[in-house]
Amino acid sequence: MGAAVFFGCAAIAFGPAAALVLLTVAAEPLRVIVLVAGAFFWLLSLLAASLLWFVSVQLSGREDAALLLLGAAAAVLLQELCRFACFKLLKKADEGLATLSEDGRSPISLRQMAYVSGLSFGIISGVFSIVNILADSAGPGTVGIHGDSPYYFITSGEARGRGREEEEEEGSGSEAPCLPTAFLTMALVLLHTFWGVIFFDACERRRAGGLGLVVGSHLLASGLTFLNPWYEASLGPIFILTLCTGLWAFGTAGGSFRNVLKCLSCKQEPEGRVVLYSALQVPPEE
Amino acid sequence: MITFMNNSDSEEEPCNERTSLMSAESPPVPSYQDGLQASEAGEAQAHRKRRAGSSRGPNNTAGGETSGSGVPVRERALENEEEELTLKYGAKHVIMLFVPVTLCMIVVVATIKSVRFYTEKNGQLIYTPFSEDTPSVGQRLLNSVLNTIIMISVIIVMTVFLVLLYKYRCYKFIHGWLILSSLMLLFLFTYIYLGEVLKTYNVAMDYPTLFIVIWNFGAVGMICIHWKGPLQLQQAYLIMISALMALVFIKYLPEWSAWVILGAISIYDLMAVLCPKGPLRMLVETAQERNEPIFPALIYSSAMMWTVGMAKPDTAARGPSQQTWDAAEDGREHLKSPSHAESQMSEARSPVPTRPVTSLEELEEEERGVKLGLGDFIFYSVLVGKAAATASGDWNTTLACFVAILIGLCLTLLLLAVFKKALPALPISITFGLIFYFSTDNLVRPFMDTLASHQLYI
Repeated sequence: MGAAVFFGCAAIAFGPAAALVLLTVAAEPLRVIVLVAGAFFWLLSLLAASLLWFVSVQLSGREDAALLLLGAAAAVLLQELCRFACFKLLKKADEGLATLSEDGRSPISLRQMAYVSGLSFGIISGVFSIVNILADSAGPGTVGIHGDSPYYFITSGEARGRGREEEEEEGSGSEAPCLPTAFLTMALVLLHTFWGVIFFDACERRRAGGLGLVVGSHLLASGLTFLNPWYEASLGPIFILTLCTGLWAFGTAGGSFRNVLKCLSCKQEPEGRVVLYSALQVPPEE
Repeated sequence: MITFMNNSDSEEEPCNERTSLMSAESPPVPSYQDGLQASEAGEAQAHRKRRAGSSRGPNNTAGGETSGSGVPVRERALENEEEELTLKYGAKHVIMLFVPVTLCMIVVVATIKSVRFYTEKNGQLIYTPFSEDTPSVGQRLLNSVLNTIIMISVIIVMTVFLVLLYKYRCYKFIHGWLILSSLMLLFLFTYIYLGEVLKTYNVAMDYPTLFIVIWNFGAVGMICIHWKGPLQLQQAYLIMISALMALVFIKYLPEWSAWVILGAISIYDLMAVLCPKGPLRMLVETAQERNEPIFPALIYSSAMMWTVGMAKPDTAARGPSQQTWDAAEDGREHLKSPSHAESQMSEARSPVPTRPVTSLEELEEEERGVKLGLGDFIFYSVLVGKAAATASGDWNTTLACFVAILIGLCLTLLLLAVFKKALPALPISITFGLIFYFSTDNLVRPFMDTLASHQLYI
């Protein structure tokens, strides 16, 4: 059972992400670098948020839900801040690449970088959310986690005690609820990707509205997870949010219904340019 | 140490690789700088990619054959081509190093997480004599610092010894030493590793089979590393021996000592490579003066070398399938003596760039590579492996360290492209790795655990 849960949940959580990476990112070295850089920025934001939470817990002397809420909100805001920092860095990189290339265009566009960095934020945030649970679900001893955090037992204990319907849902009551977590992770990965695209576009065009909406929807998504043991209320709206954000990102990136139709019908648009060939060609000067 | 050779060092030849091949970078250095002014501020991927590819300098490959034939020496065109090519190749080289480093780390982490042997405490090396079993924190800290001092001194002594041997041309001694090291790694450590893995998975294997397997593995490894072999096989062997060495370190270094040693060795690396009288720098410079390849094996090279016949484009003889890498001829510095393996590992970090030699016709297809010493692989894997072994069973810490190391490597390659000379690969990565390890283990883990227990997502 352990292996089935492990592979199933891993596939659910990271299937889309893995497909996106394999199909669009893995082949291009520049994109892989942007992927790793994005992950680094997310980690920095997490570090800052944890520091903030830790300090606040130490100062207040107790650990309660209000502080956690504040910590989560701070984490969201810091993530968006780091996304902005990532944008700045990538923008500079784009300009640098454009300067250095022969024809004045950089080999990777800012939109591609927006997509890849959003994807990287999604992947690393999803991984951090779920990997310990996955490892736990793979069965005792196999993965060799030494010294579990005490919370996992509490969580699984809660899950066990919570009621039959959840156990039926997962098929096994002895581990933390893997399946809803996996779905949430998948939604989160996709959401981050879409937010990345929208955010960069809004920054590029200096539209505060777009920025505000991204931050707002991130806070909303995070807030919805507070309803979490009540999965209908959290999973459903989050998936709806994912869908809407996806459509918005698609529109931002220049997509439209016509594009989709054209793509589906595999039509090739004739090039509007005339290509001139000459036997004597001077190598292009810069 | 990562290095490319600096063009300006070997300017004796009028017709050197600089004019003949596009790999030359030095002449356009001013123009690079100019081009860079515009985008200077971003220590961005732009520079990184551009630069990372650009640094190969003329190399003192054995024979120094360069394609003297008919080079279109139009400096401008060459420069542009170089710029364009370095841009194209720069990011690729970063990935060419990401992949082996990642593979090595995956092997180490997978072993640590599954084979109990490497996390059990079974004594310590003689290089770290002080035990950490003391009750008081101060005593433990003191012991780990003392262990570090001893270890680093051993490393320094070994490196200096090696540099002296090299300076006084005792090549046979060095070769013998290196062969002994690889023998021990490829046979003894592999045997132990295989034994432990079989024990973990409760697989029975009889001695004759074991003998045949180990013999084949080791013999092919020796040939690939010290003589000739397919490039990818050689790379695979180098990754495996780095992983084995890292596992030995993870097992036998006590906890606090390991962290202090990692910190100290990055400082040592920084000094040994950059200070004018640093042993590694002297080694590299001596090799460059003598126009000699440094020692075979134990520097991981990511390049593909096309064996080239100078005058005739013999396409039948050449081609992508023929990626042989002449280990013996290449300038790779490799200071590893498994008998004193632990101390030596650090040295295996001094690369000398070897540029593949190609003829003009193959300009487009030449792939140049960047070299990374095996000591770097080893210490990266030690850091990630220790994180996997001791971080309260948390995968987040391991992943954070992994990302940190990759980013450090990226930045180092960027600096390499900027400075175009041998650079230490440890400091930036290890610093990031250590920062991320301690902060993730102590700050992020409680936060994420609390969030996870309430099933909150951020």
